[in-house]
Amino acid sequence: MDAKITDQINTDNAAKTRELICIVCPMGCHLSAQTENTADGTCRVLSVSGNTCPRGERYAREELTAPTRMVTGTVTIDGGIYPRLPVITSAPIPRERIFDVMEEIHQAHVCAPVQIHDIIIQNVCGLDADIVASRTMPLKEPAQ
Amino acid sequence: MKKRDLVIIGGGSAGMAAAIAARKKGIQDILILERGSETGGILLQCIHNGFGLHTFGEELSGPSYAERFSDQIRDLGIEVETDALVLHMDSERKIIYTSPRSGFVTLDARCVVLAMGCRERPRGAIGIPGTRPAGIWTAGAAQRYVNLDGFLPGRRVFILGSGDIGLIMARRMTLEGAQVLGVAELMPYSNGLSRNLKQCLEDFHIPLYLSHTVTDIRGHHRVSSITISEVDDNRRPIAGTEKAFDVDTLLLSVGLLPENTLSEEAGIELHPRTRGPVVDQFLQTTVPGVFACGNVLHVHDLVDFVTAEGYMAGESAAHYLTAGLPQRASVPVTAGEGLSYVLPQRIHPDALPDTLTLSCRVLAPQRNVLLAVEKDGKLIKSVRRPVMLPAEMEKITLKKTEIEGVRESLRLRILPQSVCASPDTAK
Repeated sequence: MDAKITDQINTDNAAKTRELICIVCPMGCHLSAQTENTADGTCRVLSVSGNTCPRGERYAREELTAPTRMVTGTVTIDGGIYPRLPVITSAPIPRERIFDVMEEIHQAHVCAPVQIHDIIIQNVCGLDADIVASRTMPLKEPAQ
Repeated sequence: MKKRDLVIIGGGSAGMAAAIAARKKGIQDILILERGSETGGILLQCIHNGFGLHTFGEELSGPSYAERFSDQIRDLGIEVETDALVLHMDSERKIIYTSPRSGFVTLDARCVVLAMGCRERPRGAIGIPGTRPAGIWTAGAAQRYVNLDGFLPGRRVFILGSGDIGLIMARRMTLEGAQVLGVAELMPYSNGLSRNLKQCLEDFHIPLYLSHTVTDIRGHHRVSSITISEVDDNRRPIAGTEKAFDVDTLLLSVGLLPENTLSEEAGIELHPRTRGPVVDQFLQTTVPGVFACGNVLHVHDLVDFVTAEGYMAGESAAHYLTAGLPQRASVPVTAGEGLSYVLPQRIHPDALPDTLTLSCRVLAPQRNVLLAVEKDGKLIKSVRRPVMLPAEMEKITLKKTEIEGVRESLRLRILPQSVCASPDTAK
């Protein structure tokens, strides 16, 4: 336990080299970024190398300081032609909140019919993004 | 026997695009035969986003992408018969299908577009040793269970194959509460998009074992564990490198095969590499009046390209029905050094379009190379490619003026960048 804490203290403010692969285009440039941790606990990117275009540098800075992701999942739906309704975030959310968002998605329960883009969860986890339906789900026709 | 002008077999992204294009070219009598309960095909279970960047300039989920086309099919009044299973087609374009609504139906089609898509290679296709317990699924089957039916097929999961479906399912299973212990890939490089490696594996700290394969499956009723081994340069397992994982589920993402049972029955010539029909520049197969597009023709990695191919097949079908198309393409288009295939495989030299786009795939990853075109053995064009990956289909567009007068062959090949990089050929 003690060793772990010491380790954190030692690396907290030190400059670190972080390796990542750029995903902006199929080139897949191997990027190398010099970073340091600031006093308020966030990561600061000092320099980026290995990129072959400006988009690579922008990607590395975003990915290392505030990575975001679109999240997709399904929610339970009653009366639809399938038992699950596919949903998507209306905007990218911080990567570290993915599992919190999934938790909310798992709690949701809706009834058919649903139109594409209908809001299923408003302002999910207070992240300024909604969970919206990513397809129209018609009512299941009763068996003849 | 009922007669129809245009029958499209398959209502996925390829079939819907073909129908839309044919209708816009004035074909009124169109019938889509769809095996599922609605149009959309495999997109309906691909709930992740990233579809449509080329077609719509935005990233949609699979169901959203499909819905845009299903809406157009409805708005254009194109007839779709769902739950319709085509049982047979012959070389005279006679089609036999069954559906709960119509029963057993025989149709006489003047023109057919094949858009049946592809299937996943199962365990039997790669011969994994071990017992035969429950808990072994193709990644796509698992995707259907999770995303459409709402079942989680396992709690502790290992995935063989780093194709995009395998990577997508690694993330999907993780988000639904399963533990994914790793992904093994036979090749020394991944077959998935780097974006998926990052967002599906790295984000969730799922290890990727390159140059590894599954060498044993154990379990009586249900999978209890699997063993992976490192492989040598000849892809043979190396003794002593075994690692065991206690899992209840093994997902396979080990390749896709175009679904051409019907094409074979109709006597359509198939290509040994693509496993899809041999086609000319109109996407017409070796049986006149039968066209092919999408994953039944060759396996695609981007749905946008499937849509584009579907449009082309639909337009060609309309041409065939209204003005006729030349038969018996005479000039072969072949894959040279470094390429696994080129499409189309034949062209009509006397009916060249203003531009001809060839699709191809490399055999192995390449860096800083030229994609070169030879006409009758002479180099006519080469374009620089900083990176070429087997996972990503390449396209090259030729102008009519560049290939006019071709008599013997067109050949695509990979050249090292140092060769022939003169300004007039490199672009």
